[in-house]
Amino acid sequence: MSKLDSKIPEGPLEQKWEKYKSSVALVNPANKRSLEVIVVGSGLAGASAASSLAEMGYKVKVFCFQDSARRAHSIAAQGGINAAKNYQNDGDSTYRLFYDTIKGGDYRAREANVYRLASVSANIIDQCVAMGVPLAREYGGMLSNRSFGGTQVQRTFYAAGQTGQQLLLGAYSGLQRQVGLGTIEMFARHEMLEVVNIEGKCRGIIARDLISGKLERHFGHAVLLCTGGYGNVFYLSTNAMGSNVTAAWKATKKGAFFGNPCFTQIHPTCIPVSGDHQSKLTLMSESLRNDGRIWVPKKQGDTRKANEIPEEERDYYLERRYPAFGNLVPRDVASRAAKERCDAGFGVGTSKMAVYLDFKSAIARYGHSKALTQGINNPSAQQLKDFGKLVVEEKYGNLFEMYEQITGENPYELPMRIYPAVHYTMGGLWVDYNLMTTVPGLYALGEANFSDHGANRLGASALMQGLADGYFVIPYTIGAYLSKEIATKAISTDHEAFVSAEKDAQGIIDKLFAIKGTKSVDHFHKRLGKIMWDKCGMARNEKGLKEAIAEIRTLREEFWKDVRVPGSANDFNPELEKAGRVADFIELGELMCMDALNRSESCGGHFREESQTEEGEALRKDEEFAYVAAWENKGNHTYELHKEELKFEAIKIAARSYK
Amino acid sequence: MNLTLKIWRQKNDKETGKLVTYPVKDISPDMSFLEMFDVLNEELITKGDEPIAFDHDCREGICGMCSMFINGRPHGPKRGVTTCQLHMRSFKNGDTIVVEPWRAAAFPVIKDLTVDRSAFDRIISKGGFISVNTGNAQDANNIPIPKPDADASFEAAACIGCGACVATCKNSSAMLFVSAKVSQLALLPQGRVEATTRVKNMVAQMDEEGFGNCTNTGACEIECPKGISLENIARMNREYFVANIKS
Amino acid sequence: MSNTSPNFIQSSLGKKLLMGLTGLFLISFLVVHATLNSFIFAMDGGELFNQGCLFMATNPIIRIIEIVLFIGIILHIVQALILTLKNQKARPVKYAVTDGKANSKWYSRSMGILGSLLLMFLVIHLSHFWVGTKAAQFGGTIQEHNTYLEIIEVFHNPFNVLIYLLGVISLGYHLAHGFQSSFQTLGLNHPKYTPLIKKAGLWFSILITIVFAAMPLAVFFGIVK
Repeated sequence: MSKLDSKIPEGPLEQKWEKYKSSVALVNPANKRSLEVIVVGSGLAGASAASSLAEMGYKVKVFCFQDSARRAHSIAAQGGINAAKNYQNDGDSTYRLFYDTIKGGDYRAREANVYRLASVSANIIDQCVAMGVPLAREYGGMLSNRSFGGTQVQRTFYAAGQTGQQLLLGAYSGLQRQVGLGTIEMFARHEMLEVVNIEGKCRGIIARDLISGKLERHFGHAVLLCTGGYGNVFYLSTNAMGSNVTAAWKATKKGAFFGNPCFTQIHPTCIPVSGDHQSKLTLMSESLRNDGRIWVPKKQGDTRKANEIPEEERDYYLERRYPAFGNLVPRDVASRAAKERCDAGFGVGTSKMAVYLDFKSAIARYGHSKALTQGINNPSAQQLKDFGKLVVEEKYGNLFEMYEQITGENPYELPMRIYPAVHYTMGGLWVDYNLMTTVPGLYALGEANFSDHGANRLGASALMQGLADGYFVIPYTIGAYLSKEIATKAISTDHEAFVSAEKDAQGIIDKLFAIKGTKSVDHFHKRLGKIMWDKCGMARNEKGLKEAIAEIRTLREEFWKDVRVPGSANDFNPELEKAGRVADFIELGELMCMDALNRSESCGGHFREESQTEEGEALRKDEEFAYVAAWENKGNHTYELHKEELKFEAIKIAARSYK
Repeated sequence: MNLTLKIWRQKNDKETGKLVTYPVKDISPDMSFLEMFDVLNEELITKGDEPIAFDHDCREGICGMCSMFINGRPHGPKRGVTTCQLHMRSFKNGDTIVVEPWRAAAFPVIKDLTVDRSAFDRIISKGGFISVNTGNAQDANNIPIPKPDADASFEAAACIGCGACVATCKNSSAMLFVSAKVSQLALLPQGRVEATTRVKNMVAQMDEEGFGNCTNTGACEIECPKGISLENIARMNREYFVANIKS
Repeated sequence: MSNTSPNFIQSSLGKKLLMGLTGLFLISFLVVHATLNSFIFAMDGGELFNQGCLFMATNPIIRIIEIVLFIGIILHIVQALILTLKNQKARPVKYAVTDGKANSKWYSRSMGILGSLLLMFLVIHLSHFWVGTKAAQFGGTIQEHNTYLEIIEVFHNPFNVLIYLLGVISLGYHLAHGFQSSFQTLGLNHPKYTPLIKKAGLWFSILITIVFAAMPLAVFFGIVK
């Protein structure tokens, strides 16, 4: 039978977490001082976990590959963070947030985890505000909310289009405070290259100092991987250039299972690709769908400029197909609808792989109300436009500027051109209710784990999950493990397990330099990305996936024969860093395709062309696939599938409809 | 378009560096400045040369990692834009572009265009926070904050810590950076509790790191990609004087 | 958080405050000086002007303020030197290319040079007028001392006029930045009032420059005899 034990507490859903908290073993303050915890990654999950654990008294070491903890890619999240505060008096509740998240995730997430997430969501807002995060406010001094995709309430807290930045800097300030107090030791510009297991438990890591190139051994009673997602397996994504899977992937090689690797989120509103030189894609926040209307021309191959197409010749296809949610359908639905229109020949722009996101009616609407508040009862058309622009600028100014910067077009005058792009990965290291992987003592938090978003994440839920895991979950759940470790003295890093792990890491570096091939790392990364996007992207089918697996295997062999890594290992060498990461992406890519091939249903972001309704909507197969696919690395590029059955007790599993 | 790049190459912080000239061809105006560097690096790798090391990560203008001094200005010629968001349509065919690292004693060069900005982290760790442990918070709406204060605090908090202010300041002063954090927290009621010690400790660490002093030229405000205002420096001065009068 | 800050005066902001305060004090002195200078345009053969000079040279309160003034000037200069040295050290390797005009006014970046010019001018200026007055003061001949005649004599020399014009223009630019800068340093920056302060500073600098330049020019061209 399955090796997977999700360790979900007994009892009714609403009481599981409360009961868990009051019964979980504690560690006394004196013992905490001698327990060491390693945190890899300094984003929302990593920074919040590290500061919370340090405040509790644990000795913490934090590692990040960037030059400062403040650079982690959580910073780029734009739109907001959900919390069931019901400040808007619109009927929100913990249960509704829980329900929306389970439904949004297309019934592929664990009920108990999601309920816990929803119930701590309100504490996150309290915590962040107390830490000085300047969230948006109304004139009365109270916090402001907006709505996001997949929900019918306003529960999203935000700070203009920079919510992730403000939350991350808040968490970072907490982290730096502990650094100042000496309870956290910070290792910036360090990359984790190996997990060290001793007698079946995770006991540390091997990290490379990216400036000197030296490998270092670090001991910890527990190790937390808070290393984000693996969207960069597609080469082009909205992730940062450095975002990578290496830490999580090395963990799978040491026994951690990888959950649902094929669940990737394609975000519907990104700036389209402009050419071969493109190095990354830029997201335009989902919050724009609050006010922007998405459309394409009704005529195929229409070459007129957007402003020349009259209203009646525009197809607001989301409003047409999904009248209940309109432009605010979940991301997977919106993305597929855009792809469907473009594939059918209705796309716009030079590439024809884009749709319009239009603010004209929002500008008019806001202009009208602003004019009224200014005491102008009969505003001219120009006044309406000017006032409307002011309001839109206040809400989305930085996003509009960014769009203009990148495309050279003014979105106040012309509709934005957008197209879906890889954004987030719901898959990740399999973890139990305690956030522990299948390796005792090795945890995964935030985007790095597979847990709470099922097959599709709703907007403004990633920030919520990262901070929930770090601030409010791990401080309790780690006690369950560490309370049994108080007798374990710090293990010397001369232990043979450290020596051999360091040797493995060094071996890979030496191997990379020894190839002296002819092609750059990026060359391989781009090819991998193309395979993944074409065959394991927004729509997948059996034939394509099988081809992809074969192509990736060939690519892997070629990579290890022909990659060129310049410079030396004992130096600051970004190419070497990239090479190691791409090597891991290639292996992960193969597993993603295997997982996508195995899951012959459509659910959330995973759309199998073989499994759709007559209207082209995703068709789930709950009988067969209501499980988490957790893959065990058996070495030599073979994997064994373990299934964690998903039981829905509080929610009746049903077809997802946003019509 | 075709351009001539003069790029600072420096092996590490111990050796001295120099400007090296690289011609680049067929650059698309739709490329970002860093994508042009990608193209150049790809060429250098293929030729067997070492690529140019430069810091970058999010490439959407928010992480604050990219940092190039382009033709005498941090993040190049456009206002309100980081290097990663600067696009080649801001240049003309035939232009010569000089690219140097941030230069300040407090920002030692690591390699080529990469510098060490950990001084900023050390300043934050001296007081750029509110000392509230996880789990201590009251309901977020218990303290109403006037919208203008919340907005001003947010504007100060928009700082991305890139260091352009230091790079452009003729004195390598970090006051815009420090004052942005001091202001963000000083403007909020939660932050007032520790306002006195915060400003004193942060200024002390700023001095310790070897940043220069502010002479109010205002260059930082103009070059800041996030438009952090000089008002913040005045506010920090005020906070600092009051703090020192008080205790 | 506990306080780990060293003392105020040694801090960068403390030094800045001293620069700003001494600067403002020196500005207040300039107002008195310019007012006295304008007495020369009474066209009464220097009678009013000389009376003013006599008052300044003999009033006991003014005598004390004069000492404070010199302390102010010295502090301003010494702090400037210390800060300049520190600022130089803050950037040991210089840029190959800088584009200062893109983000700031040349005179705001040149306060050190303008200040040094001013210092040189001040030495010349003191040797022309202050030394004589002091000699008269201590020699007991202050009642007979005729500053007006000294002025007429000095400013008949075109070389002196040139030096004074250069000195006064340096002062003008020094003030154009220094006036508003000292308010910023004192923490007085306000969205509503700062634009006014900036404007006032600019007009003040222009006015001071005109008043001070008017005297040598008027004497040289024989308007004041």
